[in-house]
Amino acid sequence: MNDSCERAAKAEISFTVNGEAKSIRAYPMERLLDVLRLEFGLTGAKEGCGEGECGSCSILMDGALVNSCLVPVLHAAGTSIATIEGLAVEDQLHALQEAFLQCGGAQCGICTPGMILAASHLLQTKAEPTTEEIREGLSGNLCRCTGYSQILEAVMEASRRRAVA
Amino acid sequence: MRSNPSDYEMIAPGSLHAIVSLLAKEPGKWLPLAGGTDLMVQYAAGKLPPRKLISIWNLPELRRIEVTPNELQIGAGCTYTDVRSHEVVAREFPLLAGAARWTGGIANQNRGTIGGNIVNASPAADSLPALLAYEAELVLVSVRGERKLPYVSFHTGYKQTLLAPDELIQTVCLQRRYSRYFSHARKVGARNAQAISKVCIAGLGRMANGVVEDIRVALGSVAPVPLRLTKTEQVVKGQTVDAALMTLAKKTTMAEIRPIDDIRSTARYRSEVAGNLVVEFLNRLNSQPAERALDYG
Repeated sequence: MNDSCERAAKAEISFTVNGEAKSIRAYPMERLLDVLRLEFGLTGAKEGCGEGECGSCSILMDGALVNSCLVPVLHAAGTSIATIEGLAVEDQLHALQEAFLQCGGAQCGICTPGMILAASHLLQTKAEPTTEEIREGLSGNLCRCTGYSQILEAVMEASRRRAVA
Repeated sequence: MRSNPSDYEMIAPGSLHAIVSLLAKEPGKWLPLAGGTDLMVQYAAGKLPPRKLISIWNLPELRRIEVTPNELQIGAGCTYTDVRSHEVVAREFPLLAGAARWTGGIANQNRGTIGGNIVNASPAADSLPALLAYEAELVLVSVRGERKLPYVSFHTGYKQTLLAPDELIQTVCLQRRYSRYFSHARKVGARNAQAISKVCIAGLGRMANGVVEDIRVALGSVAPVPLRLTKTEQVVKGQTVDAALMTLAKKTTMAEIRPIDDIRSTARYRSEVAGNLVVEFLNRLNSQPAERALDYG
């Protein structure tokens, strides 16, 4: 069962990132997180735990929230990826970004991109979530500054603004 | 120490036929990878030996839920999000919908699959006791054909299963006959999301004429495999739920399980909690009005 294979070959992998078509040659098992950060310089997604527990590497893949540290880049082939860098439209911040600023939803900032993408994923399906639904929607995102109250408040504020993308 | 991606070949043939053909051609050489919520963790930690990986993620043949008059057939490649958001699961299989909601956070539910959870065979997986309670059956597929077996027989030991090297789980089948059962689940752990259970319970039961007419109870994290408590069920079935029965049920449960000490808890604590969870389930079952009642904690 433990046959090691000959050195793997790189594959041509294409997908879109924040609406832009991208194509790279990569080993299929490279983590999407590393490709985004190292190949494309999109450093908004952070590596926290590296095992899918903390959510700081959250991105949207075909609209679904995923931990990019657990996605082999081959699984991104043909998908549409959205990262925190693509949320604002030119100088216009997304309602969630505005709300996080207004409510003090960001402290050290490490969890913030993941929190905002998890919240955006939630608001896409539930425009006016309850506190309980927000807690569940963000349950896979940890904030070690423990600024959860402000984060919850920010998501509620964004939902009130109704300017959800 | 992180793994080196150049040590891992991975292909995504894109059809079930192509995948099982390759598994048959080189049995044991290819490791199927679905949503990666387990294997990618091992990989990142440098604990996944260099292998040839074959992607079964998002395979149309495995990612569908079919509803027949008598059966719910869940493709093994369905994610926890697919499972929990399906209306028949939500309405008729609350133990499974609830367990799917408890499994990881949203991001892991979007990638983790029910088949992956079964094959990964963790005795602590939250959804597996629910499958035992509903007496799920599995359809396994290979180039040799399909075979159907009761899920309760699938796990043969810690992380050991009946899956042959050339097989995949194709479908998880649930009989649609539990809508009038009282259902109860509870997870005891550090927190609900993103924390592995110390002990979890899934129970189904039905009272008639003051006695327990039918009952199924399963626990997670109390044995090398997810465990159905057949002995406890036997002592409870047909009986009136009173103090004596609850004492007997707790004793039988504690004798039936084989918990261990590990980083999350101790055998002694798990044993006591397991007994108490069964007693709590019986209490709730007994206090239900005769008509259909659902309770999901």
